[in-house]
Amino acid sequence: MSNDTLFGVHGAALAVRSQRMGVLASNIANASTPGYKAKDIDFATALRSAETGSVDSGIAGATKYRIPLQMSMDGNTVELATEQTAFAENAVAYQTTLSFLNGRIGTITRALKGE
Amino acid sequence: MSMADNPMSIFQVAGRAMSAQLVRMNTTASNLANAGGVATTADAAYRTMKPVFRTQFDQASGMATVNVERVVTAGEEPTKRYDPGNPMADKDGNVFENAVDETRELVDMLESARTYQNNVEVMQTAKSLIVDTLKLGR
Repeated sequence: MSNDTLFGVHGAALAVRSQRMGVLASNIANASTPGYKAKDIDFATALRSAETGSVDSGIAGATKYRIPLQMSMDGNTVELATEQTAFAENAVAYQTTLSFLNGRIGTITRALKGE
Repeated sequence: MSMADNPMSIFQVAGRAMSAQLVRMNTTASNLANAGGVATTADAAYRTMKPVFRTQFDQASGMATVNVERVVTAGEEPTKRYDPGNPMADKDGNVFENAVDETRELVDMLESARTYQNNVEVMQTAKSLIVDTLKLGR
């Protein structure tokens, strides 16, 4: 990933955002499963390790169990308010990364065409 | 699971969770429909049904969805009530009321509907992001 200069950090960022969307979707899917422990990916940590190593190992190292504000009786640690906020934030950030990528592609396309 | 060989997609995660919530909604509907009913024996009386949810982890994708492992009868025993005028009464004049806690069922139904909605929302967001990604550079 470190040599990927064409898209800079945004390629790895998109991969981490995509994986985080899956993790948060898993939490929401298991909102009423007894004993399920919610997880999340620390984006900044994942991206920092992805810049030096691989995206997969960066994500693996940055995936942590969520610490709930309040434990529920059945051991489930999914708090819907937390998960929905994180999901929305992550979706907007994914869209932002897409905009950066689109901008870069536009720039290069214009340069190639000599406009 | 038949799709165990392929990594799970976000659509499967949300889709299966929706199916699980639908099973829960159906059991709640059955429970509420049988609230207030009576039977001649305790065994014949209706007992509350509940689905048992179990997380299904997918190693390949790092995601997890939920399945309904089975549906069990749970909750209180049917209550015996003396009602000799009831055509369902046994020889001692007792009937057995179906064991359904209506308040709890209503709360369950609301929670189930809300969770279902959340998964629909996840699916819609994921869909639009994937479509936007496919349009990259265009």
